[in-house]
Amino acid sequence: MGRSMAGSGRLTRFIIRRDFFRLLLWIMSISFVTFSVPLALQELYPMQEQRDGIAETMRNPAMTAMVGPGDLENYTIGAMTAHQMLLLTAVAVALMNTLLAVRFTRFEEEAGMMEMVRSLSVDRRSPLLAAMTVLLGINTVLAFVLWIGLTCLGIEGMESSGALLYGLTLGGVGLFFAGVAVVCAQLVESARGATTLAMIVLVGSYVIQSSGNVTESVMIWLSPFGWVTSAQPFSENNGWPIVFLAVSSVVLGSIAGILQGKRDLGSGFIHQKPGREHASAFLKTPLALVLRLQRTGISVWAIGMLILGLSYGSVLGDLESFFDGNALLANMLTGNSDRPVAEQFLPMLMLVMAFIATIPGILALHKLVGEEKKGRVDSVLGRRVSRTQLMGGYVFVAVMNGVVMNSLAAIGLWLAGRSVMAEPLTIATVFGASAVQLPAIAVMIGVSSLLIGIAPRWSSLVWLYIVYSFVTLYLGSLFQVPDWAARLSPFGWVSEWPSESVNWMAECSLLGTAAVLVVIGLFGYRRRDIL
Amino acid sequence: MAILDVKGLTKTFGKFRALDGVDFEVRKGEVFGFIGPNGAGKSTTIRVLLGLLKRDAGTATIFGQDVWSDAVEIHRKIAYVPGDVNLWPNLTGGEVIDLFASLQGDVNAKRREELIVKFNLDTSKKCRTYSKGNRQKVALVAAFASDAELFILDEPTSGLDPLMERVFQQCVEEVKAAGKSVLLSSHILSEVERLCDRVGIIRSGVMVETGTLAELRHLTRSNLYVELNSPVTDIRQIPGVHELVEAGDGWKFQVDGDKLDAVMSYLSPYGIRRLESAPPTLEDLFMQHYGDVTGRAEEGDS
Repeated sequence: MGRSMAGSGRLTRFIIRRDFFRLLLWIMSISFVTFSVPLALQELYPMQEQRDGIAETMRNPAMTAMVGPGDLENYTIGAMTAHQMLLLTAVAVALMNTLLAVRFTRFEEEAGMMEMVRSLSVDRRSPLLAAMTVLLGINTVLAFVLWIGLTCLGIEGMESSGALLYGLTLGGVGLFFAGVAVVCAQLVESARGATTLAMIVLVGSYVIQSSGNVTESVMIWLSPFGWVTSAQPFSENNGWPIVFLAVSSVVLGSIAGILQGKRDLGSGFIHQKPGREHASAFLKTPLALVLRLQRTGISVWAIGMLILGLSYGSVLGDLESFFDGNALLANMLTGNSDRPVAEQFLPMLMLVMAFIATIPGILALHKLVGEEKKGRVDSVLGRRVSRTQLMGGYVFVAVMNGVVMNSLAAIGLWLAGRSVMAEPLTIATVFGASAVQLPAIAVMIGVSSLLIGIAPRWSSLVWLYIVYSFVTLYLGSLFQVPDWAARLSPFGWVSEWPSESVNWMAECSLLGTAAVLVVIGLFGYRRRDIL
Repeated sequence: MAILDVKGLTKTFGKFRALDGVDFEVRKGEVFGFIGPNGAGKSTTIRVLLGLLKRDAGTATIFGQDVWSDAVEIHRKIAYVPGDVNLWPNLTGGEVIDLFASLQGDVNAKRREELIVKFNLDTSKKCRTYSKGNRQKVALVAAFASDAELFILDEPTSGLDPLMERVFQQCVEEVKAAGKSVLLSSHILSEVERLCDRVGIIRSGVMVETGTLAELRHLTRSNLYVELNSPVTDIRQIPGVHELVEAGDGWKFQVDGDKLDAVMSYLSPYGIRRLESAPPTLEDLFMQHYGDVTGRAEEGDS
């Protein structure tokens, strides 16, 4: 320490004070979900026979791809929690760390606050060190809270050592992705670019984990999520993943520190080349501007969605052969339907993909608020551009993103399924199952438009609604969430086609609702002050 | 003929009254200077005029059309340069100028190139790399390359160097010569003095003074320097004399416009050896109004 890290202690305290509630909210939400799951499981499956029954339904590659392997031979509440929740929680923790790390580093730098801080008696690497200290702290606190909390639940099969491993694994993977994000923040010159790059690593790690665990290959060693699924708390209790995560986090943090010491303020290592002196013939309208500003993001999401579809599709073959060999299980799962197993799984896969496809849609629309906050809307609206035209462009791109991303995932799933399945799904089946989700995505975009139009300060609430929908519908299929809770989400009204017939009434009502919400949002946007 | 007409304009943010009955007009072919300290309401007024903020009371028209409901129609013929020019970091300056031109309507390609050369702007660079001054140049090139009838300029030179300030002043003179109108909000009083036909001073959301510089000077104090043959001790007592200081062999002070005659009559018996008079600068006018605020605050305290 000493003078070479001058000011880092003060900056650390400053970050904690500034973002205290943000940090608290993250820890509380992750802990809340983690503690409520084993309690719910105990409520639902008090007997070991019941849990063994569930274990049987988990013996399929789709499940393994999604949540990793579990101790299905000895499926206690602890093993069950670790199997169904550890990897998904790890993704949430990774997301939390990515967003926080970029916020503490490149965002501050891009917005210009870092310049003023660095003009004070503060070392070049102090802001980074302060950010990493806070991230280390929050992951440690998270691990500790989870350890104590899970131990205190006092559930049979959830002993303290397993709880400690559970907490440390999540804290470790969080630290790993904090490291990834701070390195990305060094490489790229913008906060958005750094977040995107870190997200690519996150999604890539998840995909590698999926294929690695399904094929039981060495690929799992390449992914931090592969290490997470190897920890197996409450059963095998492997400690080495913690060591892996800790060591690689330190390596990543050191790389970031070295890079920070070498570069200029505001610059990165991936440089810009001189650009156009004139705008292209395309860049003439507000809509063209939206597309031009978001083209990188849209392309990255498109590739990601295709890969996601491909990875889900690639397990359909294993799924098929697995159920073919187990008539009893197939019967139990599919409720005496004579439809192929893959088709039974389709609605659930499509639901997950639709949730993910909603994100780029909402992100595209939220750029409008971002532009407003950065004072760039004035320059556009100060010209011959109406507010309806401006917001209309953003809504159009949002809807386009939703449709294109959802369809790309479906294309990926169909392509991969076609090559691995004995009886491939028809393109009509796949696209039909994908298309029934679109009205629900449209409603989410509608909710976002409404908030931006009439309550821009609360526009982020739409994310809460998406998380609520995901929790009630996705986890709701694992536990028993009451019907009305699912119906509070637009996704709760989507037909499970092809397992059941399409409810045209519901689909049309969703589209109608979406249209009304967008129109109200547009009217609100026309009437309100630009911030 | 008034191109821009504002009457009783009021805008509140929560409990804060940012504008409290602002009145002024900008006539065809004139440059109107809009001055006032930070937070007085200049930018709020301009953002209302652009239809970005909705007024709470009063009327505001440009070309006889309402600034809120006919915003898009009005914007066809106005050019706006904000005080804080915020641009898209991943677009080049050239792309932004062309985009703005497309959003405006008519593109004057020849004028665009001339202005880029005049302002010495590298249009191939990404906006992320531009300094405040360079971002302002982008907005200025886009504005002056357009065929607008009214230019709304909100502190457009705050980041420019003196050379570029001169280029800017030439641009304003050119559009004025072409019979176009300019609303120029500025802190640089020498610039306003040089360019503007009429001036409005805003303070705490109220327009405290409007008129030509000559008219404003009439209302206010002149700077005098006098040297007298016989000593006089009680100049300070004469009504209408302010800011008295002894300077060299004589006295420097300010005199209220309507007390000048009385002051001269009082002093002439002492034998005026030398008399210099300077019109009040805009800065004097400004400080006089600004000073009143602090004066009033002190009175309130006692």
